[in-house]
Amino acid sequence: MQLALDSVIVARWQFGITTVYHFLFIPLTISLAALTAGLQTAWVRTSKEKYLKATKFWGKLFLINIAMGVVTGIVQEFQFGMNWSTYSRFVGDVFGAPLAFEALIAFFFESTFIGLWIFGWDRLPRKIHLACIWMVSLGSILSAYFILAANSWMQHPVGYRYNKTTGRAELTDFWHVLTQNTTLVVVFHTLTAAFLTGAAFMMGIAAYHLARKKHVEVMRTSLRLALVTAVVAGLLTAVSGDRLGKVMFTQQPMKMAAAEALWDGQSPAPFSVFAYGDVAAGHNTVAIDIPGLLSFLAKDDFTSYVPGINDVNKAEQAKYGPGDYRPNIPTAYWGFRWMIGFGMTSFAVGLAGLWLTRRKLWLAPEHRTGDDEPPHLVLTKNRRLGPTLSRWYWRIGLLTMGFPLIANSWGWIFTETGRQPWVVYGLLKTTDAVSPTVSTGEVLTSLIVFTALYAILAVVEVKLMVKYVKAGPPELTEADLKSPTKIGGDDDDADRPMAFSY
Amino acid sequence: MHLHDVWFVLIAVLWTGYFFLEGFDFGIGILTKALARDRVERRVLINTIGPVWDGNEVWLISAGGATFAAFPEWYATLFSGFYLPLLMILICLIVRGVAFEYRAKRPDETWQRRWETAIFWTSLIPAVLWGVAFANIVHGVKIDKAGEYVGGFWDLINVYSVLGGLVTLTLFTFHGAVFASLKTLGDIRERARRFATGAGITAALCALAFLIWTQLDGGDAKSGATAAVAVLALLAALGANLLGREGWSFTLSGITIVATVATLFLTLFPDVMPSSLNDAWSLTVTNASSTPYTLKIMTWCAGIATPMVLLYQSWTYWVFRKRIGTQHIADSAAH
Ligand code: HDD
Ligand code: HEM
Ligand code: HEM
Repeated sequence: MQLALDSVIVARWQFGITTVYHFLFIPLTISLAALTAGLQTAWVRTSKEKYLKATKFWGKLFLINIAMGVVTGIVQEFQFGMNWSTYSRFVGDVFGAPLAFEALIAFFFESTFIGLWIFGWDRLPRKIHLACIWMVSLGSILSAYFILAANSWMQHPVGYRYNKTTGRAELTDFWHVLTQNTTLVVVFHTLTAAFLTGAAFMMGIAAYHLARKKHVEVMRTSLRLALVTAVVAGLLTAVSGDRLGKVMFTQQPMKMAAAEALWDGQSPAPFSVFAYGDVAAGHNTVAIDIPGLLSFLAKDDFTSYVPGINDVNKAEQAKYGPGDYRPNIPTAYWGFRWMIGFGMTSFAVGLAGLWLTRRKLWLAPEHRTGDDEPPHLVLTKNRRLGPTLSRWYWRIGLLTMGFPLIANSWGWIFTETGRQPWVVYGLLKTTDAVSPTVSTGEVLTSLIVFTALYAILAVVEVKLMVKYVKAGPPELTEADLKSPTKIGGDDDDADRPMAFSY
Repeated sequence: MHLHDVWFVLIAVLWTGYFFLEGFDFGIGILTKALARDRVERRVLINTIGPVWDGNEVWLISAGGATFAAFPEWYATLFSGFYLPLLMILICLIVRGVAFEYRAKRPDETWQRRWETAIFWTSLIPAVLWGVAFANIVHGVKIDKAGEYVGGFWDLINVYSVLGGLVTLTLFTFHGAVFASLKTLGDIRERARRFATGAGITAALCALAFLIWTQLDGGDAKSGATAAVAVLALLAALGANLLGREGWSFTLSGITIVATVATLFLTLFPDVMPSSLNDAWSLTVTNASSTPYTLKIMTWCAGIATPMVLLYQSWTYWVFRKRIGTQHIADSAAH
């Protein structure tokens, strides 16, 4: 029995907490940047005020959110060296490159153009200002790509050779690291999940205002954008998740067996709906299954053999020497289900909403509503949803607005804990990766300090969000509608207050 | 020139960029207490760096990432070794970023005052700690045979490193005051200039002592030359400031920072982290670097990305070239 608090455990908790926290803001950043950019484009092209109001409203929420993404990211960049120095020495040659690319290409882009966008309303001509937010969006997607390439290499190391004399992994094929199927599918899945997250967020807030018949014009537009995004992104998340599952069944069979609590290999293998088991004895005591489905998820047909936890454990013992190669099974099992369950709920809410609020074509004339009225929720061509159910639809929209965030967190917790005991799959164990000279006390100090600070900041950020959500879109002023013609701002309003100031 | 030497230079460039740019950011943060008389003046100051501070901070992230990729051993030893100072810096940078973004988001007095206090301290503390950290790197710390830092926190605090901390603190304050005089209008611009004189003289004294010590400690002809440039540029910056040549003064205070960082890196080379226990245990550009293949890829990336970054970041400064005065601060309190 190990000491309750050895530095590996503390370092793992710290990494888990700071990274999950960082990733609460990232999906929203990625999606809101693009959605805001889309709304601003609509404004520039049509000059309709509702689009500008929507841009300002969602842009503000986006900024409150990205501020947290930025500051928590710095910790990510440095804690590899602080807490995982052995790991850093081992992987630096391979893993450092995408990380440095991310900083040099993506972060510079993002952070510079976000400054231009925030302060640029009265300093940049309309189209250049619009280009800035698109650059931010591009930057956020690039940063996701590079960091996910790094992470995918930990999940499935490729393009490297192991140097026996130095005991390090050395890069041999960078292109392979950037384009291996793990990277591509993970990027696809994470980005689509991010858009589902932003869509649910937008959906919830729009529902909140529409239920109160406030800011109707802007929120109607936002709702439609959110619903379409939720459905498309939700669908693609499921498709990409399915692809990712197939990749993982070949690359990390243990993770997927754990995700299904499938103890012994079966053909055809069933998909588990509910399981309760005995980890020590290695079997389930209660199990509800759908026959054959797991075979399909793993191999695209309903009969294939899928190896179980006990089989993979034996195989890995034969390959890597004695030891326990099983991750925490309940975490993997439930993490996988919560990811799918919470995320797909938002997809379902979006799908229902898209149908209930559909446009003219499929509605009887008396149900069609104008731009400044909340949409009627209409079930069939002539039948409206009753007032109670309507109210409930809006309420559910609001209540589920954070669901994809929960799904994202569990998805990552599943991905990362499911790789245990490896930190770099098949190459380096987590227990061998920590900083040898950093004391448990120091790691514990930083764990406590970060957790406390993050908790305080979470309260501050959520309160601000709620404040601005409730306030709704701003009234436009004369100055908002008049964009400068010159880069740097027009001369005739040299003494006018800045359009935006800290 | 070997690729690992190129990367030593590139990392020096990234740190130089960081200290040049975030140097005046930190200075502005310190001035919000030291110079500004009221809330509106504080806001004038903060808004001079509003559009750029985030981009400036990415120079640090890039320096970190590039060190990880090009010199993994250096990255690992440095960040695990300087654990507690680094933790403090991280906390400051977190709070500082949030403070800028959230300060004006509520109208109430207490809220704003708290964030302003935060901006001051979280600018001041890293300004000192970076100097302490770099003085230690250059001077050498307890690194054992395995390349691990085996000293404790208190080993990092000594006369030389504290002096280093004072140099960065005073230099950044000066640099920030000169920047403020360049970017503001009216009364605060005048006061910034007067404040810069005092800060500059203090900085000159600290820098002179520190650079002489560094030079005696491990300098050569090249580092002697850059140290001399640093001191001369600082004096010239002071002169330009007295004459009211704000643009020149800022350029020269920038040169001071560039030359000071150059001195440190020249003194360091070919080590990246010398061991004070045994010369043979020092981390050097050769034994701490990545493989040539990785360095080659990184060189391509940095060779293309860095000039582009310089280009679009300079463009940002040009877009926001107008000076800011109290009249530009809208009094509608919350945004
Ligand atoms: C809104 C969020 C969301 C939703 C609805 C889903 N996922 Fe997911 N999933 C993620 C968000 C996510 C994630 C947080 O973004 C992860 C973590 C690592 C990654 O690449 O994406 C993830 C990881 C992840 C992994 C592990 C990959 C690895 O270990 O690298 C698998 C196998 C799946 N997902 C499969 C699915 C399936 C079959 C879904 C069916 C609908 C699904 N996901 C919905
Ligand atoms: C894409 C970049 C990422 C990298 C490079 C990365 C790397 C790591 C490393 C080095 C560890 C510590 C060693 C270990 O415990 O295995 C770890 C653990 C962990 N990470 Fe990630 N991670 C990434 C993304 C994420 C994200 C986005 C999340 C969550 C939202 C996450 C959640 C976790 C958790 C929960 C742990 C603790 C797992 C455990 O110790 O059992 N990671 N990751
Ligand atoms: C554990 C590994 C990670 C590291 C080292 C890391 C590093 C960073 C850093 C340093 C920043 C701040 C950049 C700035 O100041 O502008 C940041 C922000 C960000 N990160 Fe992470 N991150 C990690 C995980 C992730 C993951 C998994 C994703 C996406 C899939 C991601 C996407 C982003 C995005 C989109 C931002 C936006 C905020 C911004 O830069 O303005 N990060 N990250």
